[in-house]
Amino acid sequence: MELTDIIFYIFALVTIGSAMIVVFSRNLVYSAFSLMFTFLGVAGLYVLLLADFLAVTQLMIYVGGILVLMIFGVMLTHRVVNVEISSGAMRVIPATIVVGVFLGTLLLVLTRTKWMVMEGSPDVIGTTSMIGTALVTDYLLPFEVSGVVLLVAIVAAAFMARKR
Amino acid sequence: MLSINYYLILSAVLFTIGVVGVLTRRNAILIFMCIELMLNSVNLTLVAFSAYLGNVEGQVLVFFVMAVAAAEAAVGLAIVLALFRNHVTVNLDEINILKW
Amino acid sequence: MLLEYLPLVLVLAVSLIFGIVATNASWLFGPRRPDPEKLSTYESGMTPVRTARQRFSVRFYMVAMLFIVFDIEVVFMYPWAVRFKDLGWFGFWEMLVFVGILMVGYGYIVKKGALEWD
Repeated sequence: MELTDIIFYIFALVTIGSAMIVVFSRNLVYSAFSLMFTFLGVAGLYVLLLADFLAVTQLMIYVGGILVLMIFGVMLTHRVVNVEISSGAMRVIPATIVVGVFLGTLLLVLTRTKWMVMEGSPDVIGTTSMIGTALVTDYLLPFEVSGVVLLVAIVAAAFMARKR
Repeated sequence: MLSINYYLILSAVLFTIGVVGVLTRRNAILIFMCIELMLNSVNLTLVAFSAYLGNVEGQVLVFFVMAVAAAEAAVGLAIVLALFRNHVTVNLDEINILKW
Repeated sequence: MLLEYLPLVLVLAVSLIFGIVATNASWLFGPRRPDPEKLSTYESGMTPVRTARQRFSVRFYMVAMLFIVFDIEVVFMYPWAVRFKDLGWFGFWEMLVFVGILMVGYGYIVKKGALEWD
């Protein structure tokens, strides 16, 4: 077993394990914090896949931004009267059946398909400048549209969150 | 280098964990977290294909997914906060005023 | 090529070890003479007045929300800045349009007074 394989298994274990805690933990704060470890594990996998810039972006946007927002959401919505920040589970049996069928189909398709991949080991060097070029040439319209999406998000969130 | 199937299976499992959360848990914020899990698994698939095809375009797509995810988190949590202000609950089973 | 990340791993390992050692060393070597005053919650040297588990103001959410949007703006700027010279004026105007769109939202926020703490 090579070193990169071992690193892959470590990150995969961190990702899956903390994702399980997110879903099955009774305490919302524990869920939020183990979500951080899921994001970190995925960032590690990005590094392993030579997407260095995306790994840093993952840390900045997901861990530094979205997760903080989530924790604020938890803090802002728990009832003051009952201190316990927990949430129950429902409809476990039908959900298990649906999810089992879903996962089985997904794994079957993924493993049966012969994916078209590049020969040899992948080497995408200097992803940052390549992303920068793609962003303002081929992907110009999505880039500006995402600016509009962010604008709508600012206005909508500010409109709804403010006290009346 | 591992075969691409390892990454695909990992992201399939991650996506399924997110689906389990959305189907079974009733707290709106926890459902948000599970949606983020699912988005992350899709991003992982895109980055894996980008690396194994030697093509950076998958990573550009991940970029846009992250931007939309952030916008979604901001607006979605604002909706949850507005709901909480009116109903004093974030349990989705108790928020049923649109049902008849 | 993964060897390039070795310094990063070293920094992570050193900071992790330092954090664990520094927080546990005082527990290991320090004398322990607890009294109720010492065991109470630390609140800048004052006597704690209320429970810490209270809901806090929605204005914090506004700040976090704005932070995340402008965080994304900066992340979008970074790969563009790396290629700034090659992209020339066309890239410059594109980025100006992008920033201009977001500034409309910023103007809305300021006009609504959502950032005021009164």
